[in-house]
Amino acid sequence: MDILITGLLLGGTYALIAMGLNLQYGIARIMNLANGEFLVAGGFAAFWFYTAGQVSPLLTIFIVAPLAFALNWLIYVVMLRPLVRRAKSRGQLEVDAILTTFGLSFLSVGVMLALFGGDYFSYSYLARPVQILGDTFALNRLTAAVAAVLICGGLWLWLNRSRAGMSIRAIAVAPDSARLVGIDVPRLSALAFALGGAVTAVGGSLISTFLTLDASTGVLFTLKALVIVIMGGVGDVRGTIVAALMLGLLETFVATVIDPGLTLAAAYLMFVLILLFRPQGLFGRKTA
Amino acid sequence: MSARDWQGLSISAVLLALAACLPLLGDDYYLTIGVTIAMYTVLATSWALFSGPTHYISLATAAFFGLGTYCTALGIENGLSYWMTLPIAAVLGALVAGLVGIATLRLSGVYFVIFTLGLSELVRQIVTWAQNVSGQKGLYVLTEITEAHIYWQLLGLGALVYLAGWAIGRSRLGFALRIIGDDEEVARHSGINTARAKVLLFMVSGATASVVGGMLAPRYIYIEPSTAFTPMLSFLVVIMALLGGVGRLWGPIVGVIPFTLLWEAISASFPNQTTLLLGFSFLVIVYLLPRGFVGLLEGLRRRVLQREAYA
Repeated sequence: MDILITGLLLGGTYALIAMGLNLQYGIARIMNLANGEFLVAGGFAAFWFYTAGQVSPLLTIFIVAPLAFALNWLIYVVMLRPLVRRAKSRGQLEVDAILTTFGLSFLSVGVMLALFGGDYFSYSYLARPVQILGDTFALNRLTAAVAAVLICGGLWLWLNRSRAGMSIRAIAVAPDSARLVGIDVPRLSALAFALGGAVTAVGGSLISTFLTLDASTGVLFTLKALVIVIMGGVGDVRGTIVAALMLGLLETFVATVIDPGLTLAAAYLMFVLILLFRPQGLFGRKTA
Repeated sequence: MSARDWQGLSISAVLLALAACLPLLGDDYYLTIGVTIAMYTVLATSWALFSGPTHYISLATAAFFGLGTYCTALGIENGLSYWMTLPIAAVLGALVAGLVGIATLRLSGVYFVIFTLGLSELVRQIVTWAQNVSGQKGLYVLTEITEAHIYWQLLGLGALVYLAGWAIGRSRLGFALRIIGDDEEVARHSGINTARAKVLLFMVSGATASVVGGMLAPRYIYIEPSTAFTPMLSFLVVIMALLGGVGRLWGPIVGVIPFTLLWEAISASFPNQTTLLLGFSFLVIVYLLPRGFVGLLEGLRRRVLQREAYA
């Protein structure tokens, strides 16, 4: 029971991060390997505001989100759009995007190391125990998970109920056909990329309330988000959430029952099983 | 073999013989740099053998390297001779590469990149866990092998890799790989077993990296998971190979030599700025040198030839 709830709480936060990556990869078609660095940057912002001005991380996200949105929009328009134009095939764009975002990832790690040093950072926010179904949990984990669920729900509603959301889903399914029905693909791709970055950074602020981060942990979160996105299916919100919850459960189970050092190994095991048996994602349909 | 092949072969043999004389200079600093350059040359060239024609970016070099290092260290500790451990490392590397390849290479390139990105971390976690369970911390590798021996071994392996690359380039397998790189769909329709070709070549590249790891084990003397599986190694190999250019067999070495020197200089004087350098290198490759130094040189050559034709 303890594992179940801790796992679900962790999975809820993972869902938010993976959702950010899924917007970037599913719609803008950019496999953003610098995703984890934005998460850490969001965490840094929350840490800094909390220690310097006692600003609650739940308020910081309202500063982090627009900043991350603007920054990611700039990155897409300035750096990635030329690559999209120059690419002759999907494969070439993928290779270029991977190399570029690796570059960005290393650059931002370097900048963060220079600004904040290589120390771990953590702060104590809402570190009070709460009782759920007879077991004790930390309030900050619960808050983060609830906030994540709210944001995911909001995104899901926006994607499924609004006109812009429908256009974005159309791009995810068929980018070439979307242009034929008058959807402004370049503009919406930039929007989706920026939105994805903002969501991830907010996820980082939330995660920093209960996990210890340092400048170079970003890549681990990128990996987890990638595994979740592929498991849930590219561009599929529902699949992402289910996959994130599964990963959260599995990691918590492995960490408590076997060894906390093997969480990534567990995530990989899941990844391999998915690749072998359902490479199109949990709910994906087979394409040719 | 044509006259051109013989020419290339004899030039390579002369260069190799010259390179083999380096330890005779008796300068330890040059020898250390020489070992590093030889190591990266072998790794980057074998990386390019697979990634050049197929455009699949492998970040698993560190995983294979560490595997080989551990293989040699464990072998020596359990009474095997050093020379026995290298073939074991090669077989093990090929085996792991084969498994990874079968799981990921049937699918699109992104899955492969992601999987290899985490592979060294995955192996590191497992080795650390196994050590915790068995209560062992690190491993000592005590041998009679000196830096010069390592250097000569790496040169020999390098020569093998070049020969293999040359042979593969002329074989049906190499031809198949070039078609896969140009258009996988076409390759499949003309009856090429694309997955098999990719897995086979990935195994060659994995086995080589594993042997390099084994050869360098005596240099480290003391081995623990965090030194054997440094993810940085994978990225350095990718950068060096792409910087040189993967379209030609001799491309990676053109990138390895200047980048190793630059890397040594930067890590000596600004050790905290190395990640920034890595980041910049990736961006330079994508935006300024998409075909590497080789592409730059060939472009220049073509321009000079054209000007001569007009004159």
